[in-house]
Amino acid sequence: MKRFRGFLIKEFIHIFRDVRTMMILFLIPIAQILIFGYVIKNEIHDANVAVLDLSKDNITKEISGRIDAAPDFVVSDYLNNYSDIKEYFSSGKGAEVIVFEPNFAENFYGQDNARVQLILDASDPNLSNLINNYTSAIIQTYIADQNMSNSPNAIITTEPRMWFNEGLKSSYMFVPGTMTLILMLITAMMTSISIVREKEIGTMEILLVSPLKPLQIILGKVTPYILLSIINAISIILLGNLIFHVPIIGSTILLLGVSILFIIMALMLGVFISSVTKTQQIAMFISMFALMLPTILLSGFIFPIENMPKVLQWLSYIVPAKYYLIAIKNIMLKGVGVAFIWKEILVLMGMTFFFLILSVKKFKLYI
Amino acid sequence: MNCIELNNINKSFGTIKALADINLNIKKSEFFGLIGPDGAGKTTLIRIITTLLIPDNGKVFINGISAFKNFKQMRKIIGYMPGKFSLYQDLSVEENLQFFATVFGTTIHENYHLIEDIYVRLEPFKNRRAGALSGGMKQKLALCCALIHKPEFLILDEPTTGVDAVSRQEFWEMLNRLKKEGITIVVSTPYMNEANQCDRVALIQKGKILQTDTPENIVASYSKKLYSLKSDKLYESYKLLEKFDKLSAVHLFGQELHLSTNNNQDTTKIVREFLDKHKIEVKISEIKPIIEDCFMDLMLNDE
Amino acid sequence: MNNNNNKIIEVRNLVKRFGNFVANDNLSFDVYKGEIFGFLGANGAGKTTAIKILSGLSYPSSGKIMVAGYDVYKQRNKIKRSIGYMSQKFSLYEDLTVRENIHFYAGIYGLPFKQIQNRTNELIEELGIQEMANKMIADLPLGWRQKLAFSVAIFHKPKIVFLDEPTSGVDPITRRQFWDMIYRSAEKGITVFVTTHYMDEAEYCDRVSIMVDGKIEALDTPTKLKENFGVNLIEDVFIKLARK
Repeated sequence: MKRFRGFLIKEFIHIFRDVRTMMILFLIPIAQILIFGYVIKNEIHDANVAVLDLSKDNITKEISGRIDAAPDFVVSDYLNNYSDIKEYFSSGKGAEVIVFEPNFAENFYGQDNARVQLILDASDPNLSNLINNYTSAIIQTYIADQNMSNSPNAIITTEPRMWFNEGLKSSYMFVPGTMTLILMLITAMMTSISIVREKEIGTMEILLVSPLKPLQIILGKVTPYILLSIINAISIILLGNLIFHVPIIGSTILLLGVSILFIIMALMLGVFISSVTKTQQIAMFISMFALMLPTILLSGFIFPIENMPKVLQWLSYIVPAKYYLIAIKNIMLKGVGVAFIWKEILVLMGMTFFFLILSVKKFKLYI
Repeated sequence: MNCIELNNINKSFGTIKALADINLNIKKSEFFGLIGPDGAGKTTLIRIITTLLIPDNGKVFINGISAFKNFKQMRKIIGYMPGKFSLYQDLSVEENLQFFATVFGTTIHENYHLIEDIYVRLEPFKNRRAGALSGGMKQKLALCCALIHKPEFLILDEPTTGVDAVSRQEFWEMLNRLKKEGITIVVSTPYMNEANQCDRVALIQKGKILQTDTPENIVASYSKKLYSLKSDKLYESYKLLEKFDKLSAVHLFGQELHLSTNNNQDTTKIVREFLDKHKIEVKISEIKPIIEDCFMDLMLNDE
Repeated sequence: MNNNNNKIIEVRNLVKRFGNFVANDNLSFDVYKGEIFGFLGANGAGKTTAIKILSGLSYPSSGKIMVAGYDVYKQRNKIKRSIGYMSQKFSLYEDLTVRENIHFYAGIYGLPFKQIQNRTNELIEELGIQEMANKMIADLPLGWRQKLAFSVAIFHKPKIVFLDEPTSGVDPITRRQFWDMIYRSAEKGITVFVTTHYMDEAEYCDRVSIMVDGKIEALDTPTKLKENFGVNLIEDVFIKLARK
């Protein structure tokens, strides 16, 4: 324990004495949050939607059929009552539920107002906006077709309702995204660089011939970054909350817990990178390209995964950031509990152990 | 004729004075050595000669031409081999050579006679990646690449550092053959005994030139008397003699001690008497100094 | 000195293979307590491989090897506690002060805090670097760094210290101060296992082994080696063997 404490003191000295490290650790996250606030654009492709048909008549079936047949939509589920909607969204199966009011056909033919409600999961604001507009367009086309043939005065009103993010603020979306990116990059990059630096200057050899065990060396290098990354995560959440008014609907403790898990995962990934590289530049390069791009592109941060080609969708399954992003989006914006994100937590835990074991093995090997 | 002339060169990096008032004249076809430890300023000096670094003040003339104003011209007549292995690890032996030939607008064929001796030993591995060569082989390839444009000057920064004694000897043999081709060679090394391979050397320490001369003259100009002491209790004798005020210096020299004095005393006798009191038997004889003795003497005088 | 009970390193038939390449080809030798043992060899002769095995950094392919009385296969942790190591790469942290470096390295060997404090002060006094004690290593002259690195390597009083080209590039006076430190620690009973490319430094050793292509081709005192090969310098012995 005493050894470990000495190790920690030394690591903190390294960090606090190096202005560049401090900049990367604390200034870049803030800069990134502010920058990412402006860059998000989306397109839809094969979006899953559900239908809650309270009328079950010819017209509702026809409209549902049209939506299903539209090139960018798939009707994936048919719900039975209102209470199913929340679960549908929480499980992440789709982003829209189309609700037909009871007696829809009667109202339609009876020259009354037939109402259809579009309920959207707006935690991804751009996407939900697009889906909303597109669905409305399909329904309007349907009415136009009907008016031409038999009932010229039929009206359908669509009432969009946004769930989880009623104001449709895009900043709601990018705070979890930026947090994912920053935690991933900073932690993995900083640890890998700091370990490889010791290889470069030759101190690693001394540590290896000392009575310290590989696992102790790894933990010693990693622990300071766990603490600093937690500070980072908290400051991002606070920034999001105070400047962009991003709410935290779910449990803060759960949010922090999942974040710590993700930080540890990223650190282990960093240790692993350091064990397969020899110079700081290469470690930095690998961290940048092998981590940053997938984290931005394949996590669902900027581009919805469901719009991607199948190959990329498969690839996204091995991107750790994807699971973390899903988990914290659900906690922050939907307020769900462990019951809804246990799968993501399990995957992250699995990845953590995978990299830990791999790194310890590699660590012994590379000498 | 002086073909490299350095006048009053000074260079600082921040607050650190790397070179102080360096004056140096190197003659045509001379084999010139810069001898000194790490941090003495050898690399800085070499980078200035190769026009890679501009001094704070002072002038460099190569073939009578101001080097910095005409650096493009200089690069064509200088062949430079930096201290770190500086070839493309992922290119093969032949590709590396080909590349450097192209850079200087020549072909391997044109100047093959110059590198032939060295290259024949590399030829069996010509398709191997440079990164996969042994230390000695890498060094030979680097030398070939520095020579491929038939430079008038060959400038080498610590080519033998970290290389084993055998490869080092081979390397000096190669350089000596190049000297016969009329190439002017400037080489730096931290190994004092390699001074003897050169026509003339400059001994450098802490950014200053301690002495410039032929190795023979440097040894001859050693002003003190030098003795070798051997004993079964060598280290004990050393510890005692360190405090013995009738000597100007005592140095460990492997299995013997080197004692120096500038008094006209019978050193053999007084040392023997001194150590007799501690019941230590010794063999003492007067010897001629080697470059290392001279270097240490100059270092201590300088301080 | 050549007493069997005093063997601190015992190597019998050490073989280390990397695929088809034999880096250490059946090495057998002993090193005795308090000895300064020179381990010479050409680049790529297998020195580094052997040192890694002796210092518990890698396993041999076969052979019986005891270091400080411990088996390199089963008791690597005990070996690591009994040895010190200084590599050719400069091995102190440049962004830590002299004192912080000493504390750190002493700490990883688990020395008690009080003892570290006292010994650090002793060491700083012994080296005469009081006014540099709170300076960063980066601001220290090169010669001092090397001497400090050595002091740190033996701070935990190891039985054996491995020095891998410790004096590379150092000026001749500092080199001698360095060897003076080596002699002093040998007098205290620390066994010194050293590699160098300065052939004249081989003469400082009690015994010298010369490795060529994975095999030990000669092992004796410097004087006897020169006698046996009929030459005046260890360098000539080395060249004769390597060019054979």
